[in-house]
Amino acid sequence: MNLVERYVHRRFERASRSAEQRVGLAGAVKWALRYVFPDHWSFLLGEIALYSFMVLVVTGIFLTLYYVPSDAQVIYHGSYALLYGEQMSEAYRSVLNLSVDVPAGLLFRQVHHWAADVFIASIVLHLMRVFFTGAYRKPRDFNYFIGLTMLMLAILEGFAGYSLVDDLLSGMGLAIAYSVAMSIPFVGGQLASLVWGGPFPGRSVFWPRLEIVHVLIIPAALALLITLHLAMIMRQHHSQFPGPGRRERNVVGTPMWPAYALRSIGLMLAVGGVLFLLGGLIQINPIWQWGPYHPYLSENGAQPDWYIGWLIGALRLMPNWELVIAGRTVIPNPFWGGAAFPLFVFVVLFAWPAIERRITGDVLRHDLLDRPRDRPIRTAIGAAFLSWVVIVFAVGSTDRIFYRMGISYTTQIHVWRVGIWVLPILVFFITRSACRSLQRAEAHPLRAWQGNVVRRTPAGGVEVLSDSPDRSVPPISEPPVGTLPGSES
Amino acid sequence: MSHEEDPKPVTRAVKALGVLVALRAAARAVRSRTTEPPPRPPESEIDPRRRIVPANRRAETLVAGLILIAALFALAFTVIYIVSSDDTQLLGVAMGGALCLLAAACIVAGKFVVPQETHVEERGALLDEEQTGEAVGMIEAGGEGISRRALLTGAGGVAGVAIVTAAATPLASLGPTLKEFHETPWTRGTRLVDDQGRPFRADDIQIGSFYTALPEHGDPESLGAGVLVVRLPASYIHLPEARRDWAPEGILAYSKICPHAGCAIALYRYPTYAPTSQEPAFTCPCHYSTFLPGEGGRLVFGPAGRALPQLPLMVDGEGYLRAASGFHEDIGPSWWGIHRSQS
Repeated sequence: MNLVERYVHRRFERASRSAEQRVGLAGAVKWALRYVFPDHWSFLLGEIALYSFMVLVVTGIFLTLYYVPSDAQVIYHGSYALLYGEQMSEAYRSVLNLSVDVPAGLLFRQVHHWAADVFIASIVLHLMRVFFTGAYRKPRDFNYFIGLTMLMLAILEGFAGYSLVDDLLSGMGLAIAYSVAMSIPFVGGQLASLVWGGPFPGRSVFWPRLEIVHVLIIPAALALLITLHLAMIMRQHHSQFPGPGRRERNVVGTPMWPAYALRSIGLMLAVGGVLFLLGGLIQINPIWQWGPYHPYLSENGAQPDWYIGWLIGALRLMPNWELVIAGRTVIPNPFWGGAAFPLFVFVVLFAWPAIERRITGDVLRHDLLDRPRDRPIRTAIGAAFLSWVVIVFAVGSTDRIFYRMGISYTTQIHVWRVGIWVLPILVFFITRSACRSLQRAEAHPLRAWQGNVVRRTPAGGVEVLSDSPDRSVPPISEPPVGTLPGSES
Repeated sequence: MSHEEDPKPVTRAVKALGVLVALRAAARAVRSRTTEPPPRPPESEIDPRRRIVPANRRAETLVAGLILIAALFALAFTVIYIVSSDDTQLLGVAMGGALCLLAAACIVAGKFVVPQETHVEERGALLDEEQTGEAVGMIEAGGEGISRRALLTGAGGVAGVAIVTAAATPLASLGPTLKEFHETPWTRGTRLVDDQGRPFRADDIQIGSFYTALPEHGDPESLGAGVLVVRLPASYIHLPEARRDWAPEGILAYSKICPHAGCAIALYRYPTYAPTSQEPAFTCPCHYSTFLPGEGGRLVFGPAGRALPQLPLMVDGEGYLRAASGFHEDIGPSWWGIHRSQS
């Protein structure tokens, strides 16, 4: 140790003692520094969601200082010539000014928008990882429910966020949201009246309400749930894939300090960096092109943000069924696609751990994850369900497909009204047999280990060191670092 | 319309009941089948612990280099901001580049500079029988000596429900009554004007185009304001008997708001060659409900649950288009309290 290092060490030790005299947390800090993170790329999906949320908070604070939640109609006299003299709401004008006049305003707005899309995408991918590896089983079922709740809140938050702008595109989205709210049997009118303060487009009070929901109520709920989510992970420790030295009752991986902390901070910076590159280089939601919203206007070929795509798809796919009894519209049509469909998807997701317990009779605690292929039925059910939702999502783009490829819109809808029930069944059987054949082959679907480890003998021959993959060895999804496949037994 | 649909819900309900019964039988069959719990994932007993101190000078140099370049990018952000602050692309590259380079530095440092360690932590049991039992005992001991337990619990429950109800009641003040949901700015004699306030004459309406009209002196931002106006040749007009007078000179007006999900209808299909084309139709760009203006707004495709509401028109002495009355049914999306068309 040279002089400088000794000095730094002494200062650091003194500062630590001084802090410890006040908070007394050295034990907890020691525990945290040794906390073990199992290494697997799929465990980073949740972290990406967390870091996108941080970017959303930071950029959102910037945006909220400029946004004006008001539907008062004004005439635009700003610097964007193409809208000069147009009548628009104050809300839209404030976002337009932020985009074209405030230095770095457009950058922050686009980063915020990209971050929202990445945030929800990473939550969905994280959910898929959790589902297909059985990570939702005891003791993590509570945390799985918290995660699902956060996904619902995130979708609502994203929708509220882009609706605040009051451009033509988001105004149409709000009109649809209003129709879905109205379509709820018996109470729809009251509900819409509570949210909008009156018939669409609502009273002026709607805009401050929407803003406070977007900038305070949902973010605060998300922050609280994220804290709970992480606290429960820390209490239970991460789940892990089977591998060398890994058992149900231990957790093997990189301790938090220093290597994992550095890597995770690296991931955080990378998420921020990529979002800033996206926000800077790739245009998203150019609101000056959509123009201001008026209820009597709409735009052709409108597409929402991706996480609303499954709802627009469901609304489009649904036949024109509307349940009318004695002159009363009991179930208006938008209820099916806009409310019943997402509700059903989330009910299935919430109920799944209990359904699986019921079917398998497995009530044990699980800390080792399943490889998807080792549970062909679960994987096949998950894939079929996913394909069902993805088809609905894809139907949201039927008009773009018509526009680009000329396949008749009505034909597409008629085909998908059948395909939506046929394809998932096919997906179920294909996935199940794929899982079973992968189980037999013991090959990684992407990074398959095929072949043998050999050694050249001095005589020039080739000697097989071990058969690979060794079927008597526990399945390991990839050759563990530093060991040769099959050399472990 | 509702008379035709009445028998359907009943048969549908019977079918649904049948499906439920079948599902229940299937569920029972699944449960009665003895399924073995699936095999647990394999456990490995080898000791994976290791700690490698890399002492890699080249990696340290690389990290230092990355951090310095990141600093350059961050500086560039400030410089760009001062020099040309509206250059979103350069600002994004500067900030994104700085963060990505720092990220690279952190990841290289985390993998090649600091000690690489694989560590094993044992998982404690979450359920500690003894502790749980004691905790339950301690909580229950707090009620020691209380004899009117049911009374207290009941009273607490009643008060709880009352207070929650009281706290939720002010929610009602968020919304007004539902009366406004049936109102539109159209009444008998309202002139049709364009978005600049210029009144439409009957002669302005050409065959083959559609026009967006708003009520003169009415609030253009209300949902019921916008109407679609088209002129059709008599061969396309097949209105119900009750609406015979609603289309003077073959000019028809319909609410612009799709009765499915409230979007403004913005697509108009008009046949260019009548013998082979389909008849004129309005299509909503949101979910592609398609309505026939010649047949009282009847739905021919898409998810809308009812026809497009029609606004009766008349032409006044000076040739201006006026509403002959308000709408005869509610416009906008369907809901529980909606007044549907009787015709």
